[in-house]
Amino acid sequence: MELFTNQVLAGIATGAIYACMALAVVMIYQAIDHLNFAQGEMAMFATFVSWQLMQWGVPYWAAFVITLVFAFVGGVAIERILFKPLAKAPVLTNVAGFIALFAIINSSAGLIWDFTIKQYPTPFGSSPFLGSQLISTHQAGMIGVTVLLLIGLYFFFQYTRIGLAMRAAASVPESARLVGINTSWMIALGWGMASAIGAIAGMLIAPVVFLEPNMMGGVLIYGFAAAVLGGLTSPFGAVVGGFLMGIFENLAGTYIPGVGNELKLPIALALIISVLVVKPAGLFGRHIVKRV
Amino acid sequence: MTTLLNVKDLRAYYGQVQALHGLSFSLNEGSLTTLLGANGAGKTTTLRAICNMVRSTGGIEFDGKPLNNRSTESIVRFGIAHVPQGRGTFTTMTVEENLQLGAITRKDSAGIVSDIERMYAHFPVLKQRHTQQAGTLSGGEQQMLAVARALMLRPRLMLLDEPSFGLAPLVVRDLFGILGKINREDKVSILVVEQNAQLALELADQAYVIETGRIVMSGKAKDIANNEEIRKSYLGY
Repeated sequence: MELFTNQVLAGIATGAIYACMALAVVMIYQAIDHLNFAQGEMAMFATFVSWQLMQWGVPYWAAFVITLVFAFVGGVAIERILFKPLAKAPVLTNVAGFIALFAIINSSAGLIWDFTIKQYPTPFGSSPFLGSQLISTHQAGMIGVTVLLLIGLYFFFQYTRIGLAMRAAASVPESARLVGINTSWMIALGWGMASAIGAIAGMLIAPVVFLEPNMMGGVLIYGFAAAVLGGLTSPFGAVVGGFLMGIFENLAGTYIPGVGNELKLPIALALIISVLVVKPAGLFGRHIVKRV
Repeated sequence: MTTLLNVKDLRAYYGQVQALHGLSFSLNEGSLTTLLGANGAGKTTTLRAICNMVRSTGGIEFDGKPLNNRSTESIVRFGIAHVPQGRGTFTTMTVEENLQLGAITRKDSAGIVSDIERMYAHFPVLKQRHTQQAGTLSGGEQQMLAVARALMLRPRLMLLDEPSFGLAPLVVRDLFGILGKINREDKVSILVVEQNAQLALELADQAYVIETGRIVMSGKAKDIANNEEIRKSYLGY
């Protein structure tokens, strides 16, 4: 039983990271109808920036905040420079854009910081959390930061005017323009926020997977999977999907014989396929109630 | 009476296809003007051109200021509220959120709150349904919501594209009654595009008839309604 609880809690901790990545993917998908393949690389680059700041002697939380600002501005800049001109381009052009962005960021990080694996600090420490062997303080920190982030985002989108405008711009762009919303900037804002959310995920997971240019590859696949599982049209679903992925991955690795660490990913993806066969819109995919 | 909207030699294009061929008309402050015409005459295109949602050339002046080459969202900020065909409802959001979105460009939060109450007084059914997803409203209720959302801007000019479309005759009567009231009491100038010429002419003071992208007739709504020849040849009733 203790092993089970331990695996579930550890799953929730990594699931929190998948949830952040899934949320970032869904935010951009809602705004521009494309999956951002470079989401993980953007997060990785931001994490390197925070690492660099700490190397220069900036304390952890200051580096954390500066990195968020950097990631936000970077996300807005990427949208303005690369994807705004592609807004009306065919799907494949956009896909090519994302792949290019992936390669550019990945190689730049390798060029600047090289491909060796680096230790990344945790502000929470890695001692047992509250004296219990079930979960470490860093894992508890991952969950705590993610929960705070999610609550903050919920209030932002539900109770602020700019959040309302962003939702409107994503759901019916033409009507949004007709009430005076600058939809183009709302998309850029969405990119900035998605990029900052990804940066948080990167900084939280870096102590676990270590820092290197390919660190987010696996995480992003789980993030995509979580987003698809929860439903690409539902930010709430993406978050739930993220947590479910984390838990399932750990339980499968522990209890299904022969799976272990190597087969965790394929098993998780197989689960998603089976869910989608039954519910193609994902678990929480939008069912718009409409009168005919 | 001052001219609020002045459209001169308006030409609009969908790709290579020209939809408006030098259309000119004007609308006085405080008036309720209707644009009539058959399917495909260019009524919707005219409204879309005013809000720069379709490529066009020619002069569009609002209150003496040119609107050409401004983005749709900045034209809205001049106080022009456009209720598009199909109503443009944010179907996944609640009724109240739709109303708040109508006022998204305004800064006076107290005024917004009291305006929402005012809309609920105009349209009591919206108050009953204020927490409901807008997509679940009936067609008539959605049209009320669309008009209310437009009024939340405190517009000087409201553009309405076929408000009667798909509504039961009784509901249309109701809606047109409210539009007349808004025009008289709130001093909102209205430009309404309609296929239901008979109703529109009853409501409006000024009327223009469009055929294949040109104005072919203009005058007081009453005169056009009383002229049997015009009615038969252009309006089909």
